[in-house]
Amino acid sequence: MNGDRARPAPAARDRRLPSGGRLIDRTRPVRFMFGGRDLTGFVGDTLASALLANGIATVATSVYRRRPRGVMTAGPEEPNALVQVTWPGGASEPLLRATRVELVDGLIAEPLVGKGRLVAGPATRYDRRYAHCDVLVVGAGAAGLAAAVAAPPNARVIVLDDGSSIDGSGLAGRDEVRLLPRTTALGIYDQGYVTAVERRPNGRTEGRLWHIRAGRIVLATGATERPMVFANDDRPGIMLASAALAYLADFAVRPGEHAVVFTTNDSTDAVAAALDGGGIELVGSVDARTGELVVDTLADEAGHLAAVRIARLDGDGGVDPTTVRTVACDLLLVSGGWNPNVALWSQAGGSLRFDDGIAAFIPDRPGAFRDLRAVGAAAGDIGGLGMASPRWLVPPTTDPAADESWADHFVDLQRDATVRDIRRALGAGLESIEHVKRYTTIGTAADQGKTSGVVASAIAAALLGQAVGTVGVPTYRPPSVPVAFAQLAGRDAGDLLDPVRTTPIHSWHVANGAVFEDVGQWKRPRFFPRRDESMDQAVLRECRAARESVAVMDASTLGKIDLQGPDAAVFLDRVYTNGVSKLIVGSCRYGVMCRVDGMVFDDGVTSRLADDRFHMTTTTGNAGAVLDHLEEWLQTEWPDLRVRATSVTEQWSTVAVVGPRSRDVIRALAPDLALEPAAFPFMTWRDAVVAGIDARVFRISFSGELAYEVNVPSWSGRALWEAVMAAGAVHRIAPYGTEAMHVLRAEKGYAIVGQETDGTVTPQDLGMDWIVSKTKPFIGSRSHRRPDSRRPDRKQLVALLPVDPEALLPEGAQLVAPDARLDAPPVPMLGHVTSSYRSAAIGRTFALAMIRSGRERIGQTVVALLLDGRSVEATIVEPVAFDPANLRRDGDGR
Amino acid sequence: MTSSSLPTPVRHGPLESFNERFVAAATASNGAVLLEAIPFLAQVDLRADPSDRALLDRLGTALGIELPLRPNTTSFAPGGARCILWLGPDEWLIVDADGTADAIVATVRGALEAGCGAVVDVSANRTTLRLAGPGAREILETGCSIDLHPRAFGPGRCAQTNIARTSAILLEVEAAHDVAGGPDYRLLVRPSFAGYLASWLLDAVDGLA
Repeated sequence: MNGDRARPAPAARDRRLPSGGRLIDRTRPVRFMFGGRDLTGFVGDTLASALLANGIATVATSVYRRRPRGVMTAGPEEPNALVQVTWPGGASEPLLRATRVELVDGLIAEPLVGKGRLVAGPATRYDRRYAHCDVLVVGAGAAGLAAAVAAPPNARVIVLDDGSSIDGSGLAGRDEVRLLPRTTALGIYDQGYVTAVERRPNGRTEGRLWHIRAGRIVLATGATERPMVFANDDRPGIMLASAALAYLADFAVRPGEHAVVFTTNDSTDAVAAALDGGGIELVGSVDARTGELVVDTLADEAGHLAAVRIARLDGDGGVDPTTVRTVACDLLLVSGGWNPNVALWSQAGGSLRFDDGIAAFIPDRPGAFRDLRAVGAAAGDIGGLGMASPRWLVPPTTDPAADESWADHFVDLQRDATVRDIRRALGAGLESIEHVKRYTTIGTAADQGKTSGVVASAIAAALLGQAVGTVGVPTYRPPSVPVAFAQLAGRDAGDLLDPVRTTPIHSWHVANGAVFEDVGQWKRPRFFPRRDESMDQAVLRECRAARESVAVMDASTLGKIDLQGPDAAVFLDRVYTNGVSKLIVGSCRYGVMCRVDGMVFDDGVTSRLADDRFHMTTTTGNAGAVLDHLEEWLQTEWPDLRVRATSVTEQWSTVAVVGPRSRDVIRALAPDLALEPAAFPFMTWRDAVVAGIDARVFRISFSGELAYEVNVPSWSGRALWEAVMAAGAVHRIAPYGTEAMHVLRAEKGYAIVGQETDGTVTPQDLGMDWIVSKTKPFIGSRSHRRPDSRRPDRKQLVALLPVDPEALLPEGAQLVAPDARLDAPPVPMLGHVTSSYRSAAIGRTFALAMIRSGRERIGQTVVALLLDGRSVEATIVEPVAFDPANLRRDGDGR
Repeated sequence: MTSSSLPTPVRHGPLESFNERFVAAATASNGAVLLEAIPFLAQVDLRADPSDRALLDRLGTALGIELPLRPNTTSFAPGGARCILWLGPDEWLIVDADGTADAIVATVRGALEAGCGAVVDVSANRTTLRLAGPGAREILETGCSIDLHPRAFGPGRCAQTNIARTSAILLEVEAAHDVAGGPDYRLLVRPSFAGYLASWLLDAVDGLA
């Protein structure tokens, strides 16, 4: 761990001025730690200002070159001063910018080497907030505040600013104005949608992601000073000129003792007076426009700036060695000009153009969202720069033709990328700035190249002999500042990661020891172990109960759709592969539905409630998708059909009572219901009162056994379940879960959509030609006539009996011919195992499989290849392993 | 139809285990939020052709309230429990006191002519959460993207929307006397999602301030 940390800075000096400091409260000292040292600052300090006040110049170590780095800026654009912060509550956050960490008592910061680390422990609380406004102002400088004040009096206005305070005095008394300091816009999306992240250092929620829908957007994002590129331009002590002014004025901190100013423009005119006021000695002033440049810097033993080398250029543009002089200093303030902050403008689709007057890219034509304006410095309105000819790059003092001479000309300090890298990119033929970005990685770090991007473009342009505006800048992308993944997740974490859906009977399952499995978002009981039973033992017992006596399952998760209208039968004839319109009221029919490609989409049982009304069931996982499918066809293809589909999945709780004794249980609960097979035959339904509850009882079986599926309003599901358990006690009724359900249906060769099928399986592949109408069109019928759908060597559903009756094939296992040569890949693959179980009914293991030309191979042997290298032989058999004549579905007939 | 030989079976709302936590959360929020489960209401889904004005008039007369035609609005019976929510261009939800669903279905069926529209009892298909108080809007705004400002929402408005990671019907009613300021919302949610939504709301209340 220690290897990841930068070396803490040496002896501290007090650099706090005795008075001043616009943002700090000297009456409220704050204790904090940095690199293991106890330090103090004031409320209002940033970590960066407090470190500078304590004389700590080296804050981090660069990621690749391991060079010491200090605070370079006072704002969100900071590339260097990256720290790991542990908040007083114990939550640790990686890779924070020290310029944006507000000091709180007990904060612990560690210097980083380029990247942070995730630390287990108390989680920072992050959340999300949606907001809507008429006018959104991004940036609360003079231009932004003016825009906010100019909004109509009743307008809902949101003003956000990255800094720690917003001067809202001009907006006093307007209760529809929301000021959001410490909030940075991250991205701008279609139709006035803006995301922003709020830092809340003392809040119950420490970080908040805002989703703002705005009628109009004003970008008052200001401008960012840019550095110059020269040899060893990355040392601690080298700082943007504007940052030094901010540290003096806002925090009353002297970032150094002896300063040199290196500028290309007039924005540094006020620096000398400010330095003087802060007690900093100005030991040198270098203005590139006079032909003089800072060409290199020297460091002390700790790597901190100790001196600068200043020189003039010769007639060829190289450094004139006779003019080099060295000036000792511990602070170098640079200003290479100013870049309007156009990232959001650009993200919104607005174009940019290079303005020669300020030597920067400024907003040009707006994008699709017209209610977007850039104002103030963000629009290029930066007066008094006086830039005659911009200077981006200072040549090396060694041979400028050698790549290595440019190896310490740092462009992107966070990526340790240099002019050498740009020269190599261009040398490799990469001329597009997008390619240069990716080759050099300039602009790809967490700071998104805020200080380096435009500079890199200008250097590439100079090396290519093109205009900067021709080269352009890489596309701006969200997020504009780094955001923790945990912040993006917000509260969608831990128990709230994804909804857990439970049935109305869930509390009974929990109380009775069910082991659950996730089926989509549902929690379904997988099996109900008794005492120390294993899963295998429990499932075999549950299956035996269903085959020999009675068992009960919670089938409430089945999808259910109510279909009403005079054309409902016609519609269903088109949706299902088989016919439904001839179904008589009171009866049920199993059906398969396909997509237009002819592949199985879903299956279920549809019951006719009235001439013009049906009750459809779907698989648990497809309940929503089937309703969408029905609505899509009704709304877009057949709007003439008078049919309405309504989801009633959760209106009904479904309890499946299964087994030869199920009739006895239902008879005890519904004494008035005639249950003899002749009165209540298989695949019919009846309304009845069951356990005192108005219910609908279906004679449907997914196990081959006599079975009743009882639907009651979901709020009565648990009462029905408890009544069934009580009435079944005499028959030793067993609750069973999805695992036993799977075994029971597999013994009957019933496919499960999504288990045997995978979107490439037709009903014919499942051996269900009997359910596919030859006489009527339905969704997918045309696809069934495609030659590929009729290939004889398609994978077909069969069952497998392992030669060793105890061998359980793994689901998913690949199947090959017995004579396949495994040492000569690719090994021809015949198919795969889709389901595999131990069966109590047939007293052995068995499996279902999809096998090429499977039905032709019945009686043959295949080999299943296991991941551990073993192979298991199995015989291909008919898919119905149990009761192929369906003799059991009426029970004993009584 | 209920058999007399058996005791009346107990109905269970999906949030009955949350009641104590709702009370505790309201207390902890110092009255900023009131959370309450309303487990049993009659709810009937109605589909009808909105261009058939005679039919809509007939339905309105039969139900005693006009069907709202403005998107995302509700109609109330003066002084009664019944209200009708606009859910879509041809879909409404009739909400009324527990036990009235059968009568509503019969009333609507009588007003619908054969072959037009649909009516389905969906009383148990959603359960109801009440969220009220001065902090209620802020709670919803941490997980619901629609505009809840009084200019855009308010009593008599409804919406089918996402709240956190589940869908719900959101309805605002005139605040009852037990609400110390702030809106009075109803959240109609599928029972299977109700536990998730309740947990999410409790977490959001915990994040207030």
